[in-house]
Amino acid sequence: MAQITLIEAVTQAMAYEMQRDPSVVVLGEDVGVNGGVFRATQGLQQKFGELRVLDTPLDELSIAGLTVGLAAQGMKPIAEAQFEGFIYPMMEHIVCHAARMRNRTRGRITCPAVFRAPWGGGIHAPEHHSEANEHLFANVPGLRVVLPSSPARAYGLLLAAIRDPDPVVFFEPKRIYRQYKEEVPDDGEALPLDVCFVLRDGSDVTLVTWGAQVKECLEAAEQLAAEGISAEVIDVATLTPLDFDTIAESVNKTGRCVIVHEAPRTAGFGGEIAARVAEQCLYQLLAPIERVTGYDIHTPLYRLEQKQLPSTARVVAAAKRTLAAG
Amino acid sequence: MTIAAKFEIEYLQYLDVDGKPVRKDLPEFTKDLDHMVELYKLMVSTRIFDAKSIALQRTGKLGTYASCLGHEAAHVGIGSAMRPEDVLAPSYREYGAQLYRGVRPRDVYMYWGGDERGNDYQNEPARHDFAWSVPIATQCLHAAGTALAFKIRGEKRVAVCTIGDGGSSKGDFMGAINVAGARELPLVAAIVNNQWAISVPRKYQSGAQTLAQKGLAAGLHCIQVDGNDIIAVRKAMGDAIERARNGGGGSVVELVTYRLGDHTTADDARRYRGKDEVDEAWLKDPVKRLRAWLEGKKAWNQAKEDAWHHECDDWMDNEVNAYLQTGAQPVGAMFDYTFAELPAELEQQRAYALSLEQQAH
Repeated sequence: MAQITLIEAVTQAMAYEMQRDPSVVVLGEDVGVNGGVFRATQGLQQKFGELRVLDTPLDELSIAGLTVGLAAQGMKPIAEAQFEGFIYPMMEHIVCHAARMRNRTRGRITCPAVFRAPWGGGIHAPEHHSEANEHLFANVPGLRVVLPSSPARAYGLLLAAIRDPDPVVFFEPKRIYRQYKEEVPDDGEALPLDVCFVLRDGSDVTLVTWGAQVKECLEAAEQLAAEGISAEVIDVATLTPLDFDTIAESVNKTGRCVIVHEAPRTAGFGGEIAARVAEQCLYQLLAPIERVTGYDIHTPLYRLEQKQLPSTARVVAAAKRTLAAG
Repeated sequence: MTIAAKFEIEYLQYLDVDGKPVRKDLPEFTKDLDHMVELYKLMVSTRIFDAKSIALQRTGKLGTYASCLGHEAAHVGIGSAMRPEDVLAPSYREYGAQLYRGVRPRDVYMYWGGDERGNDYQNEPARHDFAWSVPIATQCLHAAGTALAFKIRGEKRVAVCTIGDGGSSKGDFMGAINVAGARELPLVAAIVNNQWAISVPRKYQSGAQTLAQKGLAAGLHCIQVDGNDIIAVRKAMGDAIERARNGGGGSVVELVTYRLGDHTTADDARRYRGKDEVDEAWLKDPVKRLRAWLEGKKAWNQAKEDAWHHECDDWMDNEVNAYLQTGAQPVGAMFDYTFAELPAELEQQRAYALSLEQQAH
């Protein structure tokens, strides 16, 4: 079986579902002949034709509005925003229509759409190509926010997102698009959209993260282990609706919680997780909750970009602070 | 000088303000006087419905309501030109088109009366139409997406969106007609140009001579129509819709009319426009115009008018009663349509909200 990267897993999932379900269509800028600027839709137009893999006019607003119309009338569209920094014109249709069509019409019209976007920093890209903005969507009722961090999870979660009867914003951490390969059987098996992944068992501290920061957290856990500290690593992956039970179970066990995310700290999704830990796990906590996040600044251009991204060293230091505290 | 492109915009009108034909080639459908009477009756019932809605709002029985007074020919004309299998994506005041397609007055009352069930249209073909779209012009792209779905599936159906003169300024409208032209989608965008976007007049929306010509830049067919002449509306919309159905491309149809009432019940149009202008607009009243034409054909008279008003009054009373007798939804309904299946977290919030209800009783 072939080993594939995260982005190849994205392509594999779309190809599988387009083959299985004729109502699945892909639309966006350069998704056709060019196969997408990151090649996520490579080969799909050749296989499924020009209409099912549609190069739209260069207008994100149109992509989002067309997607709502398609989904509301029986199709299962997968819209691509070329970068997460270009998703803002799409927000009106995502927030005002896709996420509330079911509620507005008491279930008469629904919007089973996927809005995909490469997400996050770390690839030396120009301005607006390196944002972490998942929290802006996590606050929207009726919307799922999904952020896979491995080829296998990208495949299973994207299949689930396409099949889900409600709209999903699917962010793909572009920094790890081609970080490593793993075997991903093309078996059409979807993963649940409401379960966090425990990537590493541990007993002293829980590292809660998502997206590309999974890499830094796993590295941090290795380094901590070398010093005799046992860290559990949770990939939240399905931010909303949040599977808090998995996080609570871990924090109640370890008594320490470090939340790691790339987005700015204030009103980031880490704040929501911290609040729930405080609400539900306070008496099991042995130390204050720690957050390792991006600063409350705009993503710097690439010469300083790494200074904004949470590093393995910052995660290790935060974990150690929780051990020192109690 | 070398000309890269030339264009002209047709203006279509059949009846003058007194209901007299201004040209001899009236469309074929006008020979069916029973059908023309049906259109007239719906224009009248739409007006009676509208007056009832405003009365409900003024007596505290309805929330903010957007009136359609003066748009009856435009709206009923749009509805009558569509086939059942087509899809309508309206903004928020096209009741004449919606009543034609099976939306009930009680649905409209429910929506403006604060109950989402008003959007759950029970009758076909409205059941597969879009609900009211409050964010301006966004419905244009939903219609374009619908048209794209028809094209992908090879269905001979047409998506129709309605938009105001103000809405034609928005990117959603431009995006919708742009992609419809680029991909030859079966989309018909009807601009109901009622001269006022709340307080801003048509002239400040665009420097273009007509709003119809915006479609030219998108490669669509364009026509400007007397929107108070239902024969012209029905003809222009019908031609555009059937052309789109048969692969001839989409259209922008500008229906020139006038908003005789306030923008909504929360608005007071006297703040920004003079009485003279409104009085003059009343001379072009679409209902009066079709009535005069029908009476000239001996297809309508005062006795029929009185009888139909009486029938409409009963109909609306029945609808109003149905609306007023419908209790609020149970609190759980706030949660039940957020997702197909309620996530655990929302289940908890729902249970909490329900427990507050039980404590209150």
